Amino acid sequence: MAQPTTSWGAAADLRHYRELERSSRRENFGRAWYKFSRNPLSVAGLVIVAVVVLLALLAPYVTPYPKHAGPFTDFANAKLPPSWKYLFGTDTIGRDILTRVIFGFQDALVMGIVVLALVVPPGVLLGLVAGYFHGTWIDTVIMRITDIFLAVPPLVLALAIASVLVPNLMNSMMAVSLMWWPWYTRLVFGLTTQLRNEYFVKSAETMGASTAHILFKEILPNCVSPIFTKMSLDMGWVILIGSSLSFVGLGTQPPKPGLGTMVADGAKYLPDLWWIPVFPALGIVVIVLGFNLLGDGLRDLLAAEEV
Amino acid sequence: MSAPMLLEVKDLRVNFKVYGGLLTVLDGVDFYVTSGERVGMVGETGCGKTTTMKAMLRILPVPPGQVASGQVVFQGEDVLKMSQRALHRVRGRGMSMIFQDPTAALNPVFSVGQQLGSAIQYSGFDGRASGRQVRQAALAALREVALADPDRLLNSYPIQLSGGMRQRVCIAMALATRPNLLIADEPGTSLDVTIQDQILRLLHNLVVEKQTSVILITHTLGVVREMTDRVYVMYAGTMVESAPTRALFAQPMHPYTRALMQSVPRLSGGGMAEGIPGRIPDYLNPPPGCRFHPRCPSVMDICRQQKPPGYAAGDGHQVACFLYKEQDGSNPGVR
Amino acid sequence: MQLASFILHRAIHSIFVLLGLSVVIFVISRVLPGDPARMAVGARAPQWVVDNLREQMHLNDSLPVQYANWLVDAVHGQFGISLNTRRDVSQDIQEFFPATLELALYAGVLMGAMGIVLGTISAQHKDKMIDNLVRILSYLGVVTPAFVFAIIFMLIFGYALHLLPTLGRLSEGLTRPPAITGLVTVDALLAGDPRAFWDAFLHLSMPAVALAMGGIAQEARITRSTMSDNLTKDYIAAERALGIPERVIMSKFLLKPSLIPTISILGLDFAATLSNAFLVELIFNWPGLSRYGINAMLKKDLNAIAAVVLVFGVVFIVVNILVDLVVAQLDPRIRLGAGRSE
Repeated sequence: MAQPTTSWGAAADLRHYRELERSSRRENFGRAWYKFSRNPLSVAGLVIVAVVVLLALLAPYVTPYPKHAGPFTDFANAKLPPSWKYLFGTDTIGRDILTRVIFGFQDALVMGIVVLALVVPPGVLLGLVAGYFHGTWIDTVIMRITDIFLAVPPLVLALAIASVLVPNLMNSMMAVSLMWWPWYTRLVFGLTTQLRNEYFVKSAETMGASTAHILFKEILPNCVSPIFTKMSLDMGWVILIGSSLSFVGLGTQPPKPGLGTMVADGAKYLPDLWWIPVFPALGIVVIVLGFNLLGDGLRDLLAAEEV
Repeated sequence: MSAPMLLEVKDLRVNFKVYGGLLTVLDGVDFYVTSGERVGMVGETGCGKTTTMKAMLRILPVPPGQVASGQVVFQGEDVLKMSQRALHRVRGRGMSMIFQDPTAALNPVFSVGQQLGSAIQYSGFDGRASGRQVRQAALAALREVALADPDRLLNSYPIQLSGGMRQRVCIAMALATRPNLLIADEPGTSLDVTIQDQILRLLHNLVVEKQTSVILITHTLGVVREMTDRVYVMYAGTMVESAPTRALFAQPMHPYTRALMQSVPRLSGGGMAEGIPGRIPDYLNPPPGCRFHPRCPSVMDICRQQKPPGYAAGDGHQVACFLYKEQDGSNPGVR
Repeated sequence: MQLASFILHRAIHSIFVLLGLSVVIFVISRVLPGDPARMAVGARAPQWVVDNLREQMHLNDSLPVQYANWLVDAVHGQFGISLNTRRDVSQDIQEFFPATLELALYAGVLMGAMGIVLGTISAQHKDKMIDNLVRILSYLGVVTPAFVFAIIFMLIFGYALHLLPTLGRLSEGLTRPPAITGLVTVDALLAGDPRAFWDAFLHLSMPAVALAMGGIAQEARITRSTMSDNLTKDYIAAERALGIPERVIMSKFLLKPSLIPTISILGLDFAATLSNAFLVELIFNWPGLSRYGINAMLKKDLNAIAAVVLVFGVVFIVVNILVDLVVAQLDPRIRLGAGRSE
């Protein structure tokens, strides 16, 4: 193929190349979407997550009684079973449960996003470093620390940490983050130890590429699929643990609605005022289900692409 | 035909149901093996040799795979229609198979003794045998394949063995059940050439000694020439040529066979070997008519429309090619 | 001999991990603002009492010294005094730990047995009705938090159907059998008291099942996927081709390799069970270590918190070692991987 000699020619070539890249990416995305959409469960997961996110974002506008999400009492209408007026019933001080569940989605999603944002970068970085320097003291130190945090059942550690701090959403997110990061380190460690023996890494090394380049431009891109899959599944799990924490009283504090808190408060009134704990519990299940289905779908999609 | 018919496969068609549709992997496979015969089966990777064998033993992965039609008549009975109990007796004692990849064919979490012992116990003794009897038989089987220290081997796990040893163990297992027909699927191809040579010689000796009938699957022509009495050439799910070994090499008739022979590099004489242009067909949308026609140097119009039947072309020599239509006086497809 | 060295290796590793864990716990417990001595004696005690107590509790020493003292005490089983119960934390642990152990054991057995059985059935009838049913239920089992199951069971079996008792370990009016193991069901059997055994068993059933649900679902899923993957492997086809009967293949040659990932995960799932015990014990008012721990956490009872976390850490490590041992037994590739001649 003749090389363009003029700068204009070179620019046209580059533009052409970029066009090709863009269109092939579009094509890849189209193909990926096609594959993804074949599995009704994955699509269901995507829909559920989308609905939950939308509801959370637009909560003040779509809920029937937005004021009930804050300090509000209406004893005349307290303890009412589900009805057309209050679709999920009201709680012991008269607040609409449907509204509070939807507002509860907000804190749940925030927890998921913040925890993952806090946890993934350092966890992945540590895993890359430990895996690449496998066999040296760096690896030993990092992985031992990881082992320490993994030695305790997850919730126990989170509870312990959260309990010594002032109970609120922020601190419970910190607590969960502190016990969550080792999982990413382990995952990336395993991937990196395998990948560092591959030829493309070896050839980059012999060409004199810097460690940073190898870690971030050679190894990391190959880890993206499993990391991404884990993240989407983890959203559900983090929210689950978050709701467990708030169940015990260590998360979102009243009067703001937290799904776990609502279940805990309502549990006392079983079986008579069953709607008070049941609907928030269902809310938790729905969110976790949605993220799980979505994550599974992504995993099937990304794994199949490798074949 | 003087020797009694051991196995006759008639018009076997196998499909694989995949995402986009149906893969017509076997498109009417016909062949036979008589008692004591050594039959070679040659063809490219992907032409359906292994699938045929698996279909014969009914060990195809059944959800994607399905036998569409055909018969596999072994010792007078159609294996495809047999009851589980009858099938059970055919497997192991009637027909036995040595798999292509010995590492994959051995269960990694059981010892050699446990796997070999199980095969012997159920196929050799019908499930009723003392531990000692089984062990003696297992030791004997391992000695037959020239494996040293059989006692220790019985307690070893596949991961502790070298590739060559694993292959020998697989051969030992296949022969320990005393089959009438042994199917050897590309024995030794996963090993280096010197070991492969040893394995093939071992196989040859064992087969001669026990007078077992053999189907030897390979894509190496040299092996076929040395170790078989009769050869089938397979392409894209159907037999394209069959002949006694010497006749095939003396006078290859089908364009595919010819091309295969030409693609073997020779040590003497100059020039590079020539590959065959084109690729094996897409089984999802196979070419109409003769499946080889897109790559055939002698393609004619009729080839694109009809699938050629087998034409007789001399003593025991059959070709599935329209080029030989005139030569064949009798009805097509008669053996 | 490989076994002994394996255990030794893991034990040393575990000790390091525990030490590190103890540091983390200690740091956490000293991070809290506020004066532990003041909290111990209350707001109205005079300052000199508080000062004396600070001396006694070594609170004026530097942190590393405090840590050393704490560690030495901990190794001897002395975790200090609980703010809540006002007695030795070690005593509290002795009283409450068996209850949680009993719960966890029953849940663990359920998880392993039911999970494997369901997964096997699912794999062998792949894509048929029963398989789909098990898959859906497993999915729901995994996404539903244990405390939700606890509440649902309580509602249905406890209140609506009045089938099972909802609170505590033993009904009122029944005397507890002499505590030999601390596990009420086992003690009842040992004491020859079938009524007590049955009663205790009934009390156990709901919390244990609620705890086990997530694990059962997880084990079933993994068993199913491993089994259906292994079904297509060449060695299964080879075993069939050799004439080995189908039932032998299913029950022996397919089962063993398929169990390996399941049992590996069992360790992790057991950890999750220990975690979830916290919430389930609260709901069922089960007098176990987790409930004690939660109360300690809510009331900032530092000594108790530290001790509880440490105890759970030890239990988890021990379980993991056991699981690793079993897996190494099952999978020769792990045991003998170093001895390859290729």
